[in-house]
Amino acid sequence: MVAQNGDCFPVVKAVSNVLFHVPGLVRHGSKPSREIAKRPELGDQLAARLRSYDQAVSYPPHQVYIGNLRPEALWNIPRPWQGHALEGLDRRGRFGEIMPEEEFVGLLKAFDEFDLVVLDGGFAADSKARLREHPLVESADIERIGAGASSADLDRILREPGGLALRLRDGGVAGAVRRGHEEDPNLTAELLLENLSVKATAAMALRQVFAQPGACAAADVEYLLGCGEEASGDRYQRGGGSLAKAAGAQAGCTGATGGDLKAYCCAPVHAMAVGGAMVRSGLFQNVVVVGGGSMAKLGMKFQGHLRSGIPVMEDVLAATAIVLGPDDGVNPVLRLDLAGRHPAGASSAPHIMAQHMVQIPLERAGLRISDVDKYALELHDPEVTETAGSGNVPHNNYRILGSLAVVKGEIGREDLSEFERTHGMPGFSPTQGHIAASVPFLGHAREMMLAGEIERAMFVAKGSLFLGQMTQLSDGMSILLERNPRSRD
Amino acid sequence: MDLDGQERIQRVVDQNGGEDLVVVVGPPDAETSAMYAETVTRGDPTYAGPLAGVSLGLPVFHMLEEAIKEAIPEDVWAAEIGAMEFALDAEAIRASMQAVRDGGWEYTGRGSAGA
Amino acid sequence: MDLTGKRVIAIGERDGIPAPAIAACMRSAGAEVVLMETECFV
Repeated sequence: MVAQNGDCFPVVKAVSNVLFHVPGLVRHGSKPSREIAKRPELGDQLAARLRSYDQAVSYPPHQVYIGNLRPEALWNIPRPWQGHALEGLDRRGRFGEIMPEEEFVGLLKAFDEFDLVVLDGGFAADSKARLREHPLVESADIERIGAGASSADLDRILREPGGLALRLRDGGVAGAVRRGHEEDPNLTAELLLENLSVKATAAMALRQVFAQPGACAAADVEYLLGCGEEASGDRYQRGGGSLAKAAGAQAGCTGATGGDLKAYCCAPVHAMAVGGAMVRSGLFQNVVVVGGGSMAKLGMKFQGHLRSGIPVMEDVLAATAIVLGPDDGVNPVLRLDLAGRHPAGASSAPHIMAQHMVQIPLERAGLRISDVDKYALELHDPEVTETAGSGNVPHNNYRILGSLAVVKGEIGREDLSEFERTHGMPGFSPTQGHIAASVPFLGHAREMMLAGEIERAMFVAKGSLFLGQMTQLSDGMSILLERNPRSRD
Repeated sequence: MDLDGQERIQRVVDQNGGEDLVVVVGPPDAETSAMYAETVTRGDPTYAGPLAGVSLGLPVFHMLEEAIKEAIPEDVWAAEIGAMEFALDAEAIRASMQAVRDGGWEYTGRGSAGA
Repeated sequence: MDLTGKRVIAIGERDGIPAPAIAACMRSAGAEVVLMETECFV
């Protein structure tokens, strides 16, 4: 599509959405680790209520995330979704897969270049046997996993200061993570595990996206743009970053450099805008946005889930990769002329933010709020949040956006409750921070546009900057995806 | 309510005394609103934070309650609150806040224990 | 309710009324804001 100044808008060529079921690692989430330190008996309570891999695979919102079901399908599945395991669907989805912990923990070793991870010999053998069957795992990965350590050696390592044990759902010890430095608070075993998990999940999301038809070749990628919320560095550069490049290097991106864009949960939309602008300007042809999973957010609401009598639901790491390229006349275009942003001088009240992110850019194109077929807002699975007393985040956000349409006279007040059905969707994303912020719908939107089902989808994300205690501000950014006009010919 | 937030509230009360202090809250739903209100009146109902068992007894209101709305100039209300008034379930929120003030609200065990 | 001279603790929420919006309202009503907290649970 040709922009006003004559150059072309970029397109979204491929999207991957991947889940990693890690029940044994939930205890390392920020909330669980702090609470268990205060009350060790919580560790046993949590361990007794972890989902099995089959439960995670058959959980409907997970199947939506990996692309086997459209989000709207959830309207017709009665709540609690937890009690409606889907039959006949497996770990593989159109956008990726749901990987079990026996494979993921082995891969942590495959992506470890500093001998931080030590695996139990028996576990390593089992993990390698499984991973040899995985179409995206290479012999180099298997080699790096190696033979693992004997029980005696592993015991010794576990008794070293600063190490932590890597456990599986059944409590068994699969291995250990060492600290990276005696004194450096940024190279503790906990932080290294967190960052290695980002690297591993991001690298697998990249491998998944390159395996999709229409994506570019991994070796042709010139720039990788990370959009996660982790901080990777050491004592002198705590947030040095570039974890996207680290992940890409082990996903075949031999021609790419990269950096990490830090913008809290809003980062994926920032990254799509910046990555898209890189392509549009001619700076690079092949740019990939990538976000790894958040270990810190595992089990955040575990106490609410235990109190509600349900399993701990925040037991998956989620990752995504988005391939951007020049207009090919087929794929949906990113309308960089209609990006919305929340300016620092504006109020952070949600309706004012929605005006800046939605109303103002649409008005530039003479469009109404109701001219966008689908809005992807914060898409957190309500079953995870409601059962812990945090409400239904997408529902609240659709009501705020819908209320703008009411104020503008586009819809009546009596139609406000329907807005989330007509222009929105039920939440389905794991509560993995930046991952849940609008982009879980991107793969679905692309497919729906290629099939001619929808014309326009707007991706609207917010960031809670105030959490870092540096500002009281919030942030927001939006971008419009449109069916490629040339694809109609 | 966030545990550090509870601590900061306790500190403000200690430093300023309770006189003339009012708490005004803005959660989007009735349950969370009631939890915040309970926390600053009778104490943290989840017993997780520094205000567990601490009865600050502070007057507390939700932004969408009439008593607050009538005190705010119309243009400021329109700019800062505006459409949020009907985007949120104002009726349920008001009822919940009143229930806490009347002493008739009970923690059902599912509230946010804070981050 | 007369808020003039009152000292306000504003506890907002990201998807509800955030603290800065509460604070702006309170100041316009003649109150002083002594604490601002905005919660985010996701």
